[in-house]
Amino acid sequence: MTPTHLPWRIATVAAAKPESARAKAILLDVPGWPGHLAGQHLDLRLTADDGYQAQRSYSISSAPAGEPQLEITVERVDDGEVSPFLLDELREGDPLELRGPIGGYFTWVPGDGGPLLLVGGGSGVAPLMAMLRARTRSGDRTPVRLLYSARTVDELLYRAELDRLADEADGFELIATLTRGAPEGWTGEQGRIGREMLAARGFPPEERPRIFVCGPTPFVEACADALVALGHEGGRIKTERFGPTGDLK
Amino acid sequence: MTEEAVPLDGNAAAGPLAALFAVEPTTIMITCEGCGREGALATLKLYGGAMGLILRCPECDTANLRFSDAGTRATVDLRGSTRLTLSGAKPRR
Repeated sequence: MTPTHLPWRIATVAAAKPESARAKAILLDVPGWPGHLAGQHLDLRLTADDGYQAQRSYSISSAPAGEPQLEITVERVDDGEVSPFLLDELREGDPLELRGPIGGYFTWVPGDGGPLLLVGGGSGVAPLMAMLRARTRSGDRTPVRLLYSARTVDELLYRAELDRLADEADGFELIATLTRGAPEGWTGEQGRIGREMLAARGFPPEERPRIFVCGPTPFVEACADALVALGHEGGRIKTERFGPTGDLK
Repeated sequence: MTEEAVPLDGNAAAGPLAALFAVEPTTIMITCEGCGREGALATLKLYGGAMGLILRCPECDTANLRFSDAGTRATVDLRGSTRLTLSGAKPRR
């Protein structure tokens, strides 16, 4: 049933920009959009000519304010039924049905405080990007570190923007790691984010960082377990898992 | 879907549950009938999707909430939960 307080809206695609070989940032004009918080997501619904519908959730990667359009980041899911359409077929000016903003647990607002430890795996960086952008836009100077894991250097999303933000040296530190080999000259980390990397590059538990972890389920669970083992309070670790939806059982 | 089912979490249930919950559901604290764990709905294990879903306790696997949406009729079955608590309901926007 369609709740009255969360109606489906018709957005218009303003642009679709390649972010990597496997992902695009899709910019949307959404009439009547009530605004959102960094970390929230939206539901997107596609309807085929025969009436078949497919629905997916996408994190919003744009800042809550100061940007003309809403941005989502779509990474290709091989054999997926929604992402290939969004990446290959969608054109500027096309309508897209969505509802949002959704969620309130995995959110951060400038002023909530920190330090802030953001841990992202693959396109799980999208809601963390909204938090970073919210911080930058608002002039907030909460110390923040982003530990960001991608398979290859070509799959790092927002790379230019993240490098630029890190260069500003305003309290943001980027720690990128590649899990499937690094190109010559790579100065970042290599290998999976685990207990060692979290201990060496994250904030120590004594600083009581607010922690947000987003990525595929196995990534999130491994990181959350490692953070708890390092002594971080469970209540300060917020997690969001994404991936193909599990079957009912 | 042929791949092995990997559960997501309660964050992804927020959209579907809006059919029955007037408040933002992911910050509602749910107490598990199986083990007594209390945690935000966002932290429960999610199976299923928009049409029907089950949220299970991450500690003991008890089903805490079942939801179905048949288009004209939406149902939440809360067997498996002893308490729902909404606190500190500061408006976030």
